[in-house]
Amino acid sequence: MFRRFTDRPVPDVTILVDGARITTKASDSVAAAMFAAGMSSCRSTVVEGRARGPYCMMGVCFDCLVVIDGVGSRQGCMTRVRDGMVVETQDGRRELGR
Amino acid sequence: MRPEYDIAVIGGGLVGTAIAYGLAKTGQRVALLDEDDRARRASVANFSLIWVQTKGLGMPEYSDWSRGAADLWPAFCDEIAALTDIDLAFTRPGGFHLCLSDAELEARASHLARINAQPAITQLPYEILGHNAVREMMPDIGPDVVGASYCPLDGQCNSMRLFWGLHTGFGRVGGHYLSNHRVSTLAARDSGFVASTDAGPIAAGKVVIAAGNDSQRLAPMVGLNAQVRPQRGQVLVTERMKPFLHYPTITVRQADEGSVMLGDSIEEGNPSLMVGTDVLAKMADRAMRMFPGLGNVNIVRTWSAQRVMTKDGCPVYDESREHRGAFIANCHSGVTLAPRHAQTLASLIAASRVSTELPVFGTGRFDVSTVH
Repeated sequence: MFRRFTDRPVPDVTILVDGARITTKASDSVAAAMFAAGMSSCRSTVVEGRARGPYCMMGVCFDCLVVIDGVGSRQGCMTRVRDGMVVETQDGRRELGR
Repeated sequence: MRPEYDIAVIGGGLVGTAIAYGLAKTGQRVALLDEDDRARRASVANFSLIWVQTKGLGMPEYSDWSRGAADLWPAFCDEIAALTDIDLAFTRPGGFHLCLSDAELEARASHLARINAQPAITQLPYEILGHNAVREMMPDIGPDVVGASYCPLDGQCNSMRLFWGLHTGFGRVGGHYLSNHRVSTLAARDSGFVASTDAGPIAAGKVVIAAGNDSQRLAPMVGLNAQVRPQRGQVLVTERMKPFLHYPTITVRQADEGSVMLGDSIEEGNPSLMVGTDVLAKMADRAMRMFPGLGNVNIVRTWSAQRVMTKDGCPVYDESREHRGAFIANCHSGVTLAPRHAQTLASLIAASRVSTELPVFGTGRFDVSTVH
């Protein structure tokens, strides 16, 4: 669905998304990395539990919320990947303390 | 000439709509005169508590009135659901007032003891609990919570759906809702009253002023004294969370769809509707000490509103001595008292028996000349 514009020499990093290892570029946002890996859904909605994925990719729509390193409701499109980062899709409402 | 309406209720908030709904159910021809969406409406900004434990110091009848309202809530919730398919999300697990210092807990215990020490009061059931006892019921409290008062009579609902349910129900039982009908003047006529509105005059046999803080302006036109003042409050709302808070507290509660509401401040003499980070930061800090897990939760909304506050905090219900048929109904607790207003008060207004049946809530209590 998505392909990269350039093959700029950016180092690879590896992140975990729901337990799966994904190798991506260090310059990617979490949302871009998930798109590049073919994942179009990153959370489910808070009332009806419907699937949602990144939409605006610029910090406005809040549809790309994920759990990053144990902290819920992080904006995937506004967070750059880091080697070893642990990302989880967010199941509906956030949990207290997460 | 017989007026078009038996009764005009001025004010389409929770208080006015509950009364109008109750009146329309009894077969009266009721007009509900409301402003537009820009109205300074306390009803769209409240905290959704059905609260008994703080009420009635200085007026034990108010404690009984609130308690009776809370007892009416289950049947009222079923009635609105059957009529409108709107679920008011009523629950009554009992409510907490959390305290963050020994001084706060002592003040709380003293307040409740003084309520129950009043002659002729129906004893309020409550417990003063220490940290561990509170923690057993609410595992997510922080170490700063010294204790709490707990009253099994308290509950909560979804007050936006209450507002919607009352308006929908009012229409279903034949009431006439008239928006964009801000009342500029109110005058007694031989056959009743005429309200001049933006959309023309409305004539009715009786009139009920339930216009919140605007009652202060309208009441003297028919010989009544509203005795209300605006009291500002602010609220913070978080993103929707999985259920963790199974009891309402007086300042932190979780709504049925997951949002956590934090509040509410009490500010006198500030007519603004702007929110301010000075007050909001204090509210957020206290909430975080009560529930530390809230510390990294996102705030998605804040608002402020003006409560409708009477001089003694208790409701005002009365009929004008000068112009019979003109009533006033003002109070702070439009959510808690909604079933009372729809049932008890509406019936008394229809029968013109408010002053005789509920004399303790009359405006005479504020009249200096009657104090000896």
